[in-house]
Amino acid sequence: MKISRRTFFKVSGATAIGVAMGKLGVDLSPVTAYAVDLRKNLKHARETTTICPYCAVGCSAIVHASGGKVINIEGDPDHPISGGSLCSKGSALYQLANNENRIDRVMYRAPYSDKWEYKTWDWALDEIAKRIKATRDATFTEENEKGQVVNRTTGIASVGSAALDNEECWLYQKFLRSIGLVYIEHQARI
Amino acid sequence: MTNHWIDIGNSDCILIMGSNAAENHPVSFKWVTKAMGNGAALISVDPRFTRTSARADIYASLRSGTDIAFLGGMIKYILDNDLIQKEYVVNYTNAPLLINKGFGFNDGLFSGYDASKRAYDKSTWQYQLDANGIPMKDETLQDHTCVYQLLKRHYSRYDLDTVSQITGTPKEDLMKVYEAYAGTGKIGKAGTIMYAMGWTQHTVGTQVIRTMAMIQLLLGNMGVAGGGVNALRGESNVQGSTDHCLLFHILPGYLKTPKASQASLKVYNDESTPRTNDPMSANWWGNYPKYSVSLLKSMYGGNATRENDFGYSWLPKLDDGANYSWLTLFDEMYKGNMKGFFAWGQNPACSGANANKVRKALENLDWMVNVNLFDNETGSFWRGPGKDPSKIKTEVFLLPCAASMEKEGSITNSGRWSQWRYKAVDPPGDARPDSEIMNALYHRLKLLYEAAEKDEVVFPDPIIKLKWDYGDDEHVDIHAVAKEINGYDLTTGKLLPSFGLLKDDGTTSSGNWLYCASYTEKGNMAARRSRYDASGIGLYPEWSWCWPLNRRIIYNRASVDLEGNPWDREHPVIRWNPVTGKWVGDVPDGGWPPMSQRDKTRLPFIMKPEGRARIFGMGLADGPFPEHYEPLECPIEQNPMSSQRINPAVKLWHEPGVGTEMDKAFSCDPRYPIVATTYRVTEHWQTGLMTRNQPWLVEIQPQMFVEMSEELADLRGIKNGEKCLVKSARGEVEAVAIVTKRFKPFVITGVTVHQVGLPWCYGWTTPPDGGDSANLLTPSIGDANTMIPESKAFMVNVEKIG
Repeated sequence: MKISRRTFFKVSGATAIGVAMGKLGVDLSPVTAYAVDLRKNLKHARETTTICPYCAVGCSAIVHASGGKVINIEGDPDHPISGGSLCSKGSALYQLANNENRIDRVMYRAPYSDKWEYKTWDWALDEIAKRIKATRDATFTEENEKGQVVNRTTGIASVGSAALDNEECWLYQKFLRSIGLVYIEHQARI
Repeated sequence: MTNHWIDIGNSDCILIMGSNAAENHPVSFKWVTKAMGNGAALISVDPRFTRTSARADIYASLRSGTDIAFLGGMIKYILDNDLIQKEYVVNYTNAPLLINKGFGFNDGLFSGYDASKRAYDKSTWQYQLDANGIPMKDETLQDHTCVYQLLKRHYSRYDLDTVSQITGTPKEDLMKVYEAYAGTGKIGKAGTIMYAMGWTQHTVGTQVIRTMAMIQLLLGNMGVAGGGVNALRGESNVQGSTDHCLLFHILPGYLKTPKASQASLKVYNDESTPRTNDPMSANWWGNYPKYSVSLLKSMYGGNATRENDFGYSWLPKLDDGANYSWLTLFDEMYKGNMKGFFAWGQNPACSGANANKVRKALENLDWMVNVNLFDNETGSFWRGPGKDPSKIKTEVFLLPCAASMEKEGSITNSGRWSQWRYKAVDPPGDARPDSEIMNALYHRLKLLYEAAEKDEVVFPDPIIKLKWDYGDDEHVDIHAVAKEINGYDLTTGKLLPSFGLLKDDGTTSSGNWLYCASYTEKGNMAARRSRYDASGIGLYPEWSWCWPLNRRIIYNRASVDLEGNPWDREHPVIRWNPVTGKWVGDVPDGGWPPMSQRDKTRLPFIMKPEGRARIFGMGLADGPFPEHYEPLECPIEQNPMSSQRINPAVKLWHEPGVGTEMDKAFSCDPRYPIVATTYRVTEHWQTGLMTRNQPWLVEIQPQMFVEMSEELADLRGIKNGEKCLVKSARGEVEAVAIVTKRFKPFVITGVTVHQVGLPWCYGWTTPPDGGDSANLLTPSIGDANTMIPESKAFMVNVEKIG
């Protein structure tokens, strides 16, 4: 019998009582209840595919979303490489989407301060743009010591990121090179 | 990877060395075990008996940093026993080519070494040319100046006794590995290598990988199914971020960052374009100007014109010979020469070698922009261990970004598959996709430059003339970006179907020529999900898209004999159909007919001007043949191979006047007698920032540990589970002792040497009492070619706490 995730729930549902009362003496009823609820909710959830953000095997996963929240993430059985498998990190992706430690506001640490302050995007973007301009213009080198045209900014550096999408990598390098950066590095160097 | 994940299942012999795939690329093991089910042998070579070793047919231990000695011994074994795939070696590699008679090697140094510069003059590392300027060759491989004979001479010194003295591997284990792997030199057999940071993070990292590439060429394993040289990349899009060149020395598509001496586009293109007189050579990089001009058109759009050199002067230039890589960057920051810093989706306070220096360097900044999903050791460095915030000036902007399932776009896996992923939900709170943060920053910066008076701005053109048209100042149409990367025929406005159509006259654009064909008039190729596969070898050509041109196995014209028939009839990658006059199977490395049609064919290694794969590599900084040198910090005074203890071409940061007082290194020092290495665990990813914030994963792997042998634990009076202090010349870190049989002491040149291992996935922000990064211990020294820090072999001491 080929067991898909959906038939797995049927099988596990049918045997749940047997397992709960099994010889291990472990009460699995909360797990079973969770699985039954999940099965109901998944019926109405929106499914999208994603690629795991950890190592570069590139396993695919199915994301179930409902009410603007991720309610489940599991392996994508159609994917030719992973065939539905995920490692422990990939299996825990749900906790990356639903995580109270995620930062969800712009934070700022002032010089010599011992704390973070919340700020608006509007304020932060303007302040950062001003600092980029000030540092770039102050450290911009049009000609090097030999008199060769170099048009570069050595007072600003960037690291990152292999965690960005391809389109973001292209945009990011375009942005950095437009302001003259040569100190552009990321995870591939380490 | 030259091949791809599924293709590992086609292999007859899998060597996993410099990686622990079962732990760090767990799903890859699906294909390892598939191959094993078909009779393939799995070999694991590692200082520690890992989860990968536990599944292997053959396990061999080696001391960290001695891989070239180990593999050099394999080259000697292959040559001594004449196990090469001779037809392949003679026709597809530079083995028969003759090298300049002035080339030589003596006591650890190749010809042309300049000790004052710690660098080589490579003028003797060149081919002998005939009257037409074509490399001379001896297909009998007998000429004493041919690459094959030079190779034989070089590796004659890597005998079993010497290798075992260096690596600590028992001789019988060396023989087992050599015999099993060299068996793949037989026609129709394929061996593959799976490696990762265990090979790259050494002062000789590039040369370790080259040694293996040379073995693969000698055995005819490049281009074939189940073969290749396969880097298991550690980040989901480190392949894509490298292809798009978020690195100082390259522009998207592996074009060169222009140098100060290249004053015009013409000089830049001329110096970047290799030339050949050989009619048999495709010399693909001969197309360089088409790719560079198309890139400039994507950067500056209509503002890039023939009259202004397509905006070439707007690109920043590097000083000739200067290196602006990771170690230099943080050295400059430490020395106070850097004022602003972006740490975008990266946590260098934990991932950087000699992390104490990195954390100190951050204090010298005026401002930092830190974009991340979580608060982290970099953005919060000012409140880290030993820091007094009231003395640290650096302003920090911590910007919340979207996670992978909260935005849309593509990422490229290790097998070069660009795979599209979709947005499932909005990011939490005020968090935004990274692309929108970049977009908003660019628009605000541009406004500042446009609004400023002329005397208030410095050289605004590169910013103002940049092509940036992906929506408004809030939103980005990510498909417009993907299309820009692919490129257009600017005369028709249509997306281009192939980089073969790119031109150097400004009528085409392509942000990255390697990705040209990824998003065409037929649609977004990365989003394809067809499971159609008629290849028989799992190419799945209509699932996602793979660079270049959807070619799933690169160098595949070396997978066939001179008539175009596959070496391995059971696993054909491509095959020549003489009736139709076309190749069948994977997308071939160029459509030219097989090698037997000498007037029409081209040699298969099309990216090299000689058309042949290089067993003799004249492009390397530290020698055309890999040679064993000890790590910067090592346990033995004398390198048994030569009187050069360490790589003579590496930059020595710890020497006076080079680095700083924080770049200490102590070799053969009784205070630090134990070899150490670093690694990861399945449950944590890289510095652990994403996974340390997830309760399920922290529950499984809660804290920093140091793994050691029972013998070392006895010697130090340490019991399993006790707290220890691990110290190096640069720092110390607390760790729980894990005492196992997985490490065993080595006997190196007759002396017992212990080794320990530490994960680098922890940091002080979270979890509480989780410990800190192993990179507090690692040294500031880089590979001679790549400047990747030597994080995988250094010296420490271990003490019990209390």
